[in-house]
Amino acid sequence: MKIALLQGGRSLERGVSIRSGQRVTEALLDLGHEVDVMDLGPDLVGRLEANRPDAAFIALHGTEGEDGTIQSLLELLDIPYTGPGVAACKRCMDKSLAKYILREHGLPTPDWVTYTEAAIRDFGAASTFGAAVERVGIPLVAKPCSQGSSLGVKVVTEAGQIPNALITALSYDNRALLEGWVNGRELAVSVLGGEALPVVEAIPTESNTYDFEARYEIGGASFECPADLTDSQTAEVERVALDAYRALGCSGFSRVDIILADDGPQVLEINAIPGLTETSLLPQSAEAAGLDFNAMVQRILDLATA
Amino acid sequence: MRSSAMRDMMEITARPEVISLAGGLPDTSTFPTEAFAAEMERIEKTAVAEVLQYGPTEGSMLVREQIVEVMAAENTRVDAIDVTVTTGGQQAIDLITKVLIDPGDVIICDAPTYPGAIPTFCSYEADVRQIEMDADGMRIGLLEETLEQLEAEGKRPKFIYSIPTFQNPGGVTLSLERRHRLVEIAQEKEILVIEDNPYGLLRFDGEPLPTLYSLDGGNYVVYLGTFSKILSAGLRIGWLVTPTPIREKVVLGKQAADLCTSTLTQDFAGHFFRDGAWREYVDELTGIYRARRDVMINAMAEYFPHGATWNKPAGGLFIWATMPDVLSSEDLLAKALSKNVAFVPGPNAYVDGRGRSSMRLNFSGVKEDEIIEGIRRIGQVAREMLGLYETMTSTDEMKLPPRPPTDGGGSEMKLPPRPEEEGPHP
Repeated sequence: MKIALLQGGRSLERGVSIRSGQRVTEALLDLGHEVDVMDLGPDLVGRLEANRPDAAFIALHGTEGEDGTIQSLLELLDIPYTGPGVAACKRCMDKSLAKYILREHGLPTPDWVTYTEAAIRDFGAASTFGAAVERVGIPLVAKPCSQGSSLGVKVVTEAGQIPNALITALSYDNRALLEGWVNGRELAVSVLGGEALPVVEAIPTESNTYDFEARYEIGGASFECPADLTDSQTAEVERVALDAYRALGCSGFSRVDIILADDGPQVLEINAIPGLTETSLLPQSAEAAGLDFNAMVQRILDLATA
Repeated sequence: MRSSAMRDMMEITARPEVISLAGGLPDTSTFPTEAFAAEMERIEKTAVAEVLQYGPTEGSMLVREQIVEVMAAENTRVDAIDVTVTTGGQQAIDLITKVLIDPGDVIICDAPTYPGAIPTFCSYEADVRQIEMDADGMRIGLLEETLEQLEAEGKRPKFIYSIPTFQNPGGVTLSLERRHRLVEIAQEKEILVIEDNPYGLLRFDGEPLPTLYSLDGGNYVVYLGTFSKILSAGLRIGWLVTPTPIREKVVLGKQAADLCTSTLTQDFAGHFFRDGAWREYVDELTGIYRARRDVMINAMAEYFPHGATWNKPAGGLFIWATMPDVLSSEDLLAKALSKNVAFVPGPNAYVDGRGRSSMRLNFSGVKEDEIIEGIRRIGQVAREMLGLYETMTSTDEMKLPPRPPTDGGGSEMKLPPRPEEEGPHP
């Protein structure tokens, strides 16, 4: 097949996108496809129109690639593409909206509040910080509403740190959420074609009280796949992950990040287009399920063009 | 080492729509094309076979002789035989570190230091100790304290790495008094000083100061130079001037790394510096950079928020600015990138995360109107975030405790410094 491989773009995750794209390109070539690698730029639509690929493989992360912008363009051009559709991308990219949808479907997710820059600047929202703390508890995590990586994430252990943490989070997006911290094991469930792949657990390399560093800093954890869970824990985690995937309308593939607390799993967020580098979690899970990287890429492509 | 998320963020700075004040690029747009064509024609007529061949690992004698001339322009006398040509100044840093450092060895350097040296030092697993600077460069009193402390730990630094003139990223210049003192310390304690001097000829104001190498005579000072900032970064020609025993090891290291620096570019540079109007060209560049520095300083005064500080470098390529400490330069970069402007966040110039609110701004590689626009956008996002912070912390309903102090406390370089914090040492 003739594949347009989309990578790079203007998001802060440009670097990891390029690494994803390079790895996927290798796999596509191995599989005998013809690949046209494209970075996002003013010539994008022109090149797609001129080349008329059979499908677009989207190896983009973050704004524009993962938020539905590129997906709706591809729909207009009538080019099939990998991963979730426009609406699912929009829902996943907006962490606050995603949590509302999860709640509407009765799925567990930590308590949270959302602040916009405008609400703070123009409507005196800062006087509600006390109420926010009561709602979500301390410690809490401040994060930008729409960033995929750990950029802009700050853990708050006392109310006085909220302004600083929000300044950081709001540097990456004009909306931020304060989410209650949940103690538990950190799991990632990759879903491929509506089926859960083996669960990955992030295990902090050095333990500290809340494992703050480990949860949000790359290199702070090692990964185990499949995670050491009981059968019933695995079943429960997979059920919640698949329900979350469906609730947000995902298709193709996605990754659901979950905390397994004492009283059960809580969904933190859904990554519409998770990393596709050799060491990313989705490829690790696929490998554990007996799908090597090339087979995984072919499967993703089949799901897009079926 | 910076987090990989941060490295990813720097990837966007290369996009064409971004005004990048992050690089360290010379302006190569005014290099006379007829001079370039003449060099190429001469090569075509007389030297094709030669420039397509390997050359000596130490570098061609022509270039080494011209390096002697260029260094003489800073009153620094060296023998061509002591010069090793490297593939850019970066390879000079790499080679000297490779030759001298075993894992765990101590390197002392400026705080902040050249961001490109940190990955090199870390890759050889050096124990890097950074000495704070003020408007007169490395604080020698602090250096002496550090040396004593190291002695108490039973350690001896392998070398002191410093950019004494128009420092990258700090923009400051080591004072004459401190130059003398640094060389004395090197000689007394028999410690090598690596003097990295890429910008010495790019002076805008004031009188030149002697190089550390010239004060020492080349006994304890190793000199690093480059043509990158005075001719071309693309030619990739730098050099090292070292005592003989070190030179032999450096040459072995270079043999292993790349056998020799490009014969073609050495030929080009050698003839340009021998026959061409290089002094006029450097004067022209200096004029361009001086004007750009002034444009940047004026724009900062107009657009940066109250409480921001910066220095006015007397030469070189960089200004070091520090925002009010509520702001993190890494977060600010994310916000600035959404407005298509980039700079280097301060923590890139430290091994330990200091420099949180500081940033390195380059004025040499960007045209004046873009400098103004870039500074305007950075100022705008900084003011926005500060305004937001003030809104949050001035709320009566919730009495928030004062912000905890940032890492590094009061010891970071914030310019211009208040006179005179240093005490008895020069």
